[in-house]
Amino acid sequence: MNILSPAIEKGTELLSPALEKGAEILSPAIEKGAALVPIHLQIKGAHVFQKVKKTIIKGKPIPVFIETPLPDVETLAIEDIDVSSPFLYKQNRWQSYFKRLRDECPVHYQKSSPFGPFWSVTRYEDIMFVDKHHDLFSAEPIISLGGRPDGLAIETFIAMDPPKHDLQRQAVQDVVAPKNLKEMESLIRSRAEDVLDNLPTDVPFDWVQNVSIELTSRMLATLFNFPYEERHKLAYWSDVAASSPETTGGTGSTDEIFTVAATAAKKFSELWRTREAEKAAGKELGFDLISLLLSNENTKDMIDRPMEFMGNIALLLVGGNDTTRNSMTSGIHALNQFPDEFIKLKDNPSLIPNMVSEIIRWQTPLAYMRRVAKEDVELNGQTIKKGDKVVMWYASGNRDERAIDQPDQFMIDRKNARKHLSFGFGVHRCMGNRLAEMQLRILWEELLKRFENIEVVDDPQYVQSNFVRGYTQLMVKLTAKKS
Amino acid sequence: MGSITFIEHSGDQHAVEIEEGKSLMQIAMDNGVPGVDADCGGECACGTCHVIVDANWTSKTGNVTEEETLMLDMTPEKADTSRLSCQITTTEAMDGMVVRLPEFQM
Repeated sequence: MNILSPAIEKGTELLSPALEKGAEILSPAIEKGAALVPIHLQIKGAHVFQKVKKTIIKGKPIPVFIETPLPDVETLAIEDIDVSSPFLYKQNRWQSYFKRLRDECPVHYQKSSPFGPFWSVTRYEDIMFVDKHHDLFSAEPIISLGGRPDGLAIETFIAMDPPKHDLQRQAVQDVVAPKNLKEMESLIRSRAEDVLDNLPTDVPFDWVQNVSIELTSRMLATLFNFPYEERHKLAYWSDVAASSPETTGGTGSTDEIFTVAATAAKKFSELWRTREAEKAAGKELGFDLISLLLSNENTKDMIDRPMEFMGNIALLLVGGNDTTRNSMTSGIHALNQFPDEFIKLKDNPSLIPNMVSEIIRWQTPLAYMRRVAKEDVELNGQTIKKGDKVVMWYASGNRDERAIDQPDQFMIDRKNARKHLSFGFGVHRCMGNRLAEMQLRILWEELLKRFENIEVVDDPQYVQSNFVRGYTQLMVKLTAKKS
Repeated sequence: MGSITFIEHSGDQHAVEIEEGKSLMQIAMDNGVPGVDADCGGECACGTCHVIVDANWTSKTGNVTEEETLMLDMTPEKADTSRLSCQITTTEAMDGMVVRLPEFQM
């Protein structure tokens, strides 16, 4: 597959003769594939093509999101509730909106959102049902509420159904296998020590930039065997990849997304070729993601399938970035909102592993996963029609009073804390869950050794997105432990 | 009353009483066997109650469904006799059975 063909397929019947001519000139080169045209140039080509297409023919409009205060949910008719708003989390309205849906209309249809019509599944048990039934609900072609930007139809196994999903996932899952996890533990700890030892005490600073982003960037550089000094690019690329307005209601622009996609594609292609050359020279491959892809029969030629290649890179980037980063921040936020829990933690650090699960539930760093019904399905009194979009709101299920005791309370010693939806269930269950838990556990072990108090000194700033539940800033002040 | 023995990756052994009709996962949880997480609560949807059944006992533990195989394929520690313990219903015929726990529940 090449990346221009879907756009061309969609476009040609409507295109002006001039453009058709352009497509004719482009297509022979494209058919010869990635071996001749580097991925980043293909992406640049797609970008130019999309720009031209948009000026000549009316493509799908990209929604524009301008922030206004969301109304109190009680003032809305049930059918007008739209939980796809990228401001729901940012404006702290999400709890009341989802509670109303869970109580009054747990399987809810919104017929005219900026992302098109969709069903919301909001109760824990119903979400479990949808997540388990990949035979009834397809993860294809994408797991976000909105589609991918035109011309960037990346393919990833999180958005593939069995059996193709299984082969691709198996090719990369060893990156987080026990052997790797054990090797990573001491590395993660030494980095956490390094970052924490260099933090200022008694003056406010931004936890997001200085701790959460720094630690996750270092981890990503290791997972990809990416040049360490360039690690900050990974977090930036990941942020841009998840920020497309038509996909998640984010603040990204089409130009920025294409530019980043082309830059990242170039860099990762070079990285692939480097590893490939090392392999050809007889060097033993490492356990980084690209080496694993190169050593698996199903994926060793993935570089020749650019959308799949970029899709897998993007999946592991976003999957390993936003989620852990925002959990690292939200733990601080939660313990400030529930100060008794902080005292409990300092008295009993053995609660850390349980608290890590509770943080992941409480934050639910990814709000949902989207499916498409493969046939008509009855769910909690509603008939979901074949082809309808179905959104499993993990953020709501994790606060479902029917499944979780006092769900809005943050309790570090919660019973059955592992029983939460944040990792999803079924064949798409989060692959990096153990790595994420390990990173958070180590962070908290090292924090408790050093600091008496971590005080949030200003209101947090949040990400604009209906998908990523994240922080852009959290100002904190540290008090060192008396030695 | 028969018993089943869980052997942790570290080698520690835990013999627990069979309660006929309960799942193997449930009796592990009820008896506090370490190394079984069971995050999904027995829905065959997370893979965190993975056990490796001693080869001499696989004829007693029933068939593996396609769903269970899909979940087991997701763990890097999968072995030939791997099972999800939530999908094994215990019977007195399992008296003396030995199952091993993986290093990590993924």
